[in-house]
Amino acid sequence: MTPEKKKELQLFAVRARKNVIVSLHAAGSGHPGGSLSSIDYLTYLYTEEMRNLDPKDPRKADRDRFVLSKGHICPGLYAVLAQCGFFPEKDLLTLRQPGSHLQGHPNMNLTPGVDLSTGSLGQGVSAAAGMAKGAKYLGQDIHVFALTGDGEIAEGQIWEALAFAAHYKLDNLCVAMDINGLQIDGATKDVMNMEPIDKKVEAFGWDVIKINGHDFDDIEKAFERFHANLGTGKPTAILMNTVKGKGVSFMENQAGWHGKAPNDKEFEQAMAELDAAEKEIEEA
Amino acid sequence: MADVKKIATRESYGNALVELGAVNDKVVVLDADLAGATKTSTFKKAYPDRHFNCGIAEANMTDVAAGLSTMGLIPFASTFAMFSAGRAYEMVRNTIGYPHLNVKLCATHGGLSVGPDGASHQCNEDFGLMRTIPGMTVMCPSDDVEARKMVFAAAEMEGPVYIRFGRSAIPVYHDEDFKFEIGKAETLREGTDVAIIANGIMVSVAMEAAEKLAAEGIQARVLNMATIKPLDNEAVLKAAKECGKIVTVEEHNIIGGLGEAVCSLTAECCPVPVKRVGVPDCFGHSGDADQVLAEFGLSAENIAKVAKSF
Repeated sequence: MTPEKKKELQLFAVRARKNVIVSLHAAGSGHPGGSLSSIDYLTYLYTEEMRNLDPKDPRKADRDRFVLSKGHICPGLYAVLAQCGFFPEKDLLTLRQPGSHLQGHPNMNLTPGVDLSTGSLGQGVSAAAGMAKGAKYLGQDIHVFALTGDGEIAEGQIWEALAFAAHYKLDNLCVAMDINGLQIDGATKDVMNMEPIDKKVEAFGWDVIKINGHDFDDIEKAFERFHANLGTGKPTAILMNTVKGKGVSFMENQAGWHGKAPNDKEFEQAMAELDAAEKEIEEA
Repeated sequence: MADVKKIATRESYGNALVELGAVNDKVVVLDADLAGATKTSTFKKAYPDRHFNCGIAEANMTDVAAGLSTMGLIPFASTFAMFSAGRAYEMVRNTIGYPHLNVKLCATHGGLSVGPDGASHQCNEDFGLMRTIPGMTVMCPSDDVEARKMVFAAAEMEGPVYIRFGRSAIPVYHDEDFKFEIGKAETLREGTDVAIIANGIMVSVAMEAAEKLAAEGIQARVLNMATIKPLDNEAVLKAAKECGKIVTVEEHNIIGGLGEAVCSLTAECCPVPVKRVGVPDCFGHSGDADQVLAEFGLSAENIAKVAKSF
């Protein structure tokens, strides 16, 4: 990756983080922790990886698909979609408000660019597998991506879906897991320890790559691995080590910031930190 | 009725899928290790590459069907009613119902007539569960001809559909030229003394009850209400006005199903006495299907008795 490309991605991501904070502050509720930990993945996915996206034609038949299985972090997805031009960035201020197309959890029939309504955990990988199976059945060159949390994988259906995808050799399916180590009730290892995740997913017949989910070189490498798996019959899992609340010092690694919005003071501080980070990237 | 042809509607489903598959290449079929029982195995035999067995994982199957539908396919997902409407309820509600996806949930082995398998498999709650999901079409055919036409009608309409097919062989009373329409009741017998509104395997039994009543000089109107949602309000209100009393008959808990749908409508729009013949809010048990049905009052004798009890 060229330094220019990396800088471009970092700027997109820091602006998306600002948009997350702005929209959550305006909404007065929502989920910042996982939105911020997933932003770098979503940034790369939407700006570099997914093919045939057209903000003017969000349901273009041959586009690659993305399913946000952990639907509660939609402020992150909405920020990225807005910055990609699917809808005006000012819409982000209407998050969770009556009449807004930006629901508290994603609605595919309201928000341009959302490929599936989600929110109830554990279901997205199954639906993504259905899309991948459908693309193969129809002979279409479509890649399907999905993002889960690490708390989410305690849902048994995730494992039903992993088995299904391996059984049907869905190598056009790439599932990322945002392993930030925290969930509502505390540390994932304390609430329900799912480790070793890599060995478990591997045992289900997937090719597993572990990366730093905030490093664009790593993210690029992971998607290259996915491309290498096309045609082999193996689906790809990207296990992303991430920091919950990444980019806002007082939110980082705090389970308490899973699902609450910043107040005015916290908003000012978060924005000041992100503005400084943006300036630093610009001047680098 | 010894010489009447009898076919289980699950057989009709399997046969209809094969016919449908021949004319609609968007149709794909999913099953959860029950293809032999749900009769999707008939489709699998004809179109092996269009039948996806998901193993014993109904939640996953339901959401896989949702994903397939977003690609422009028309998935028919099958398992027993208990698992289709029960186990996977929340997948149906959130990932099919909420986005109004074009998935056809075709469940078999609904109701008490599962017989010897007992209460764990006798799903008497599926109509209720599915009716409460906004935008869901809920149906239950009364014979082979209606079942097959219903499958085609489901494929032709856009949106989620739940159909309950039965396990046991039941009389075929429709001619092949019968025209099925979603949301339209079929008047099988005219009468104004009492209206009997039934669906599924209980329609033929309701007709028997009407014949018994006729022998006593009571003319019962019999409606086949194959579509539970959207309910044919017009036919129900017409029956309420012209007959003045209604008996509903279904192989379902008296809570949540056809009986309750009829009660809700008449209470608001044309209050008349309604008696619900069905499973009286309890679990079933193992036994021969006909015996278990009779025990819960789902017999021609009891329907006639209830019709006279107003």
